Amino acid sequence: MTLQSIGERTPGAAPSAAKWIGWTGVALVLWGLIYSQLAPFADWVVTVLPVRPDSPLGAAIVFFAYDTPKVLLLLTLAVFGMGVIRSFFSPERTRALLAGKREGVGNLLAAGLGIVTPFCSCSAVPLFIGFVGAGVPLGVTFSFLISAPMVNEVALGLLFGLVGWKVALVYLGFGLGVAIVSGWVIGRLHLERWLEEWVRNIRTTAVALPPEKLTAVDRIKTGVDSVRDIVGKVWPWMMAGIAAGAFIHSYVPTSLLATIMGKDSWWSVPAAVLIGIPMYSNAAGIIPVVQALLAKGAALGTVLAFMMSVIALSLPEMIILRKVLSIRLIAVFVGVVGTGILAIGFLFNALFQ
Amino acid sequence: MKNVKVLGPACKTCTTTATAAQLVQIAADKLGIPVEIETVTDYAAIAGYGIVSTPGIVIDGKVVHAGSLPKQDDLVRWLVA
Repeated sequence: MTLQSIGERTPGAAPSAAKWIGWTGVALVLWGLIYSQLAPFADWVVTVLPVRPDSPLGAAIVFFAYDTPKVLLLLTLAVFGMGVIRSFFSPERTRALLAGKREGVGNLLAAGLGIVTPFCSCSAVPLFIGFVGAGVPLGVTFSFLISAPMVNEVALGLLFGLVGWKVALVYLGFGLGVAIVSGWVIGRLHLERWLEEWVRNIRTTAVALPPEKLTAVDRIKTGVDSVRDIVGKVWPWMMAGIAAGAFIHSYVPTSLLATIMGKDSWWSVPAAVLIGIPMYSNAAGIIPVVQALLAKGAALGTVLAFMMSVIALSLPEMIILRKVLSIRLIAVFVGVVGTGILAIGFLFNALFQ
Repeated sequence: MKNVKVLGPACKTCTTTATAAQLVQIAADKLGIPVEIETVTDYAAIAGYGIVSTPGIVIDGKVVHAGSLPKQDDLVRWLVA
């Protein structure tokens, strides 16, 4: 939608609620129909092209032609659903829920709210100041800031669709675990003095915003807006991820990956975490790669550690947070979260022998 | 003359703040209400208004909105209030 068209929308011109809800239903049915036809579609693509289906190139093309629409569909549904759920929450309300909460309970609540509260890393700084300034404990704020980008609908939806519900559930559980424990540890360390000076001095009082009356149509529109916004932003990452996945799937020998990322090489977990930090991708780009790596015999713990590191410890976010945190505090943050991710990687590789 | 403050970060890629300001102008023009729009980009100042998410809208000193681009209908409602 262009700026002009937003501006010209006159009050009272909104279509009826029944029409919106009806079309949402139609869209969902259509979604299901297309989803059920993905495999035949991918096979058909290869028969049209002059490559043999059993050649490596043919296999790569099938992988790409199957995964691209599949990931796109899953992404759209997950983002739409979460957009609707998020319309019930706001960062202001989350802060009101968290202010004055004890550590422990507060960390738990913060990590959970991190999933459903609308958040984008561009507003990480105002959010951080707003939370800390209004009396949300530092550790609780961190639990929120770790959980919000790491445990999100894009990651969970894609893991569910591409790798399976068990791994998705594990990711959800351990993502929350890392957020809760890391936040709690940071809180215990009492590092408030390592905040930037001006942040420490800010005291804000929470503002009472006029209540927003959202109708069902408004919530559906919020969902559609998040699809346009998020899917519109991540699709190049996603395509790159699937292309990389297709390449791994067809050309990288299984033995090579099993040696480098298999269970027997203990050093692969720390290596995966270290490699993941400077890599900046989002879940949409990394999960197709994860899927291909797993299929080629990479250990689940190593792959999970890699994925969490890429998503949760990103350099750009640290640069944004540098405005409010001292270098030392950022180092502690990376250290604590990194250790948590390492522990999960090792634990998994040990459990699933 | 109404004083409207649009709160939000300013950087090359944060166009949302500027867009929010434009939306306020469009609504005000349509209503024929003269407005003075100010953009507040300082994080400490933004936090001072008590909001957590941006863009935020403050009309004549009162915070009316935070966290998303304001809807035109809402802007009209806030500006005439």
